[in-house]
Amino acid sequence: MSGPVAAGRWSRRALAAHTALIYLFLWVPIGVLAVFSFNTGRQTAVWRGFTLDWYRRLLANEALLASVRNSLVAAAATTVLATAIGTLAALALRRPETPGRGATLALLFLPMVIPEVVLGAALLTFFGAIGLRLSLVTVVIAHVVFSVSYVTLVVRARLAGLDPALEEAARDLGAGPVETFRRVTLPLIFPGIAASALLVFTLSIDDYVVTSFVAGVGSTTLPLHVYSMLRVGVTPEVNAVSTLLLAVTIALIVAAQRLLRVSSSEGERT
Amino acid sequence: MPRSRRPPRRFRGGAWALLLPTWLVLGVFFLAPLVLTLLVSFRQRGVYGGVEPVTDLGGYITSGAFLSNYARSFAGIYAGIGWRSLWMAVATTVLTLAIGYPVAYSLAVRVPPRWKDLLLGLVVVPFWTSFLIRTYAWMFLLRTEGLLNQLLLGTGVVDRPLEILYTELAVMIGLVYGELPFMILPLYASLEKLDRTLLEAASDLGAGRASSFWRVTVPLTAPGIAAGIVLVFIPSLGQFVVSDLLGGARSMLLGNLIQNQFAVARNHPFGSALAFELMAAVLLLLLAYALYMKRKGEEVLL
Repeated sequence: MSGPVAAGRWSRRALAAHTALIYLFLWVPIGVLAVFSFNTGRQTAVWRGFTLDWYRRLLANEALLASVRNSLVAAAATTVLATAIGTLAALALRRPETPGRGATLALLFLPMVIPEVVLGAALLTFFGAIGLRLSLVTVVIAHVVFSVSYVTLVVRARLAGLDPALEEAARDLGAGPVETFRRVTLPLIFPGIAASALLVFTLSIDDYVVTSFVAGVGSTTLPLHVYSMLRVGVTPEVNAVSTLLLAVTIALIVAAQRLLRVSSSEGERT
Repeated sequence: MPRSRRPPRRFRGGAWALLLPTWLVLGVFFLAPLVLTLLVSFRQRGVYGGVEPVTDLGGYITSGAFLSNYARSFAGIYAGIGWRSLWMAVATTVLTLAIGYPVAYSLAVRVPPRWKDLLLGLVVVPFWTSFLIRTYAWMFLLRTEGLLNQLLLGTGVVDRPLEILYTELAVMIGLVYGELPFMILPLYASLEKLDRTLLEAASDLGAGRASSFWRVTVPLTAPGIAAGIVLVFIPSLGQFVVSDLLGGARSMLLGNLIQNQFAVARNHPFGSALAFELMAAVLLLLLAYALYMKRKGEEVLL
């Protein structure tokens, strides 16, 4: 009798152990990287004591700061453009009778699945052909291209969970289409829009592959600068800048997840 | 969606105006560049980089010269790089599936609800964080004087540091590490939806654990498995950061080769041909995936 039960307990333990190991595998490398950004020793694999020196050095690194500025400008511009364009598309795609709906969905699907190296190469060739000099402008264009689909995806999910009765009620109470949109639809889907904006910001500030093709002289972004640093070698400064970038990304993602979760539980209540 | 739940009509007739910005941006800066790349892939590299002008178009086409970049990509070292990329992508997909399925199963079925959000979040965060930094983390761990070697030397497991960094093994570790969240999340999504009563029914009908797992759980989560395969295989096939940073000179992958043609060799036509081959492989896989999902009557998860 105890045979299958014991086997069950054993397999449960094996499963739990495997899962725990994989979580360690996912997080230990990142954790170690972060811990050693506070290490006094230059010989980075031995712990010698706590310091914030490497972070202080980053603040004195002009080239690095310039790349941070470029990244922030590009990410901000990308976020505004991609969120606006993607949200408009999501609104149009909500109605099944929208003309060109299938074609638009296919068009939005492609940038999400095309290999980044192909997109980068194609844009580089294109910018060269139309004579557009590589700069932050070309970086922003490229980032908008690969991130607009994510906005439509997130906002469409939010729209799909919306109760049409709320908008119908607004119309029945005499609100026009614009007023219904502004005072009912928009507030209801706002968490989705905000979350997608955070995701776009993250995608933009983290991107290396596509950016490496379309950034020109003077438009080096943070990931490009980090890449050039770590190709030279492993240094505590790289650990420090990686840790900072990681912290920013984690904060953005947690905020986006919160927005989406809170908004979905609100949806359930109504 | 039942008809009564259709959203009220707004912006009547103006939907195309809302789609216009998307079509403008993606038409000009996505479709046009792809078409241009396809055209360039049929041309030859000019003497100073750039593209050699074609004087006799008829002759250029009938002689088959327009396919020379494609022919070149299937010969010699380039074929080798192609095969290695394919092999690495397949290995990454198989490994992430084997490692990730039990984790997704734990998350969906075993983990108590109050831990679920946290544990799921711990997979979602790496999903979105920079591939670059996650790859660097392994450079930091694996290098000769890195933490792993310090640990192994210190405990006397080895007496000489292991040379893992800049090998194919390092690339493999980096790929599996980087892609694992992309496998776990779709698997979790389909395991979460699994109707537990079907497993009870299987057990009532006398199926053992293993048999109900292979004959009920796995087939029912096949759409999640398919989505995971697609999400992992595509980026692995075009990867170049991981192989550039963790691999040695001999572990060049298709992604590196393409990047090289644009950044170093300045042979845009050849690079474009390689890019198109990569894209064709990806689109074929996606087509197979879409057909499979359609046959299963499932909504495409991407």
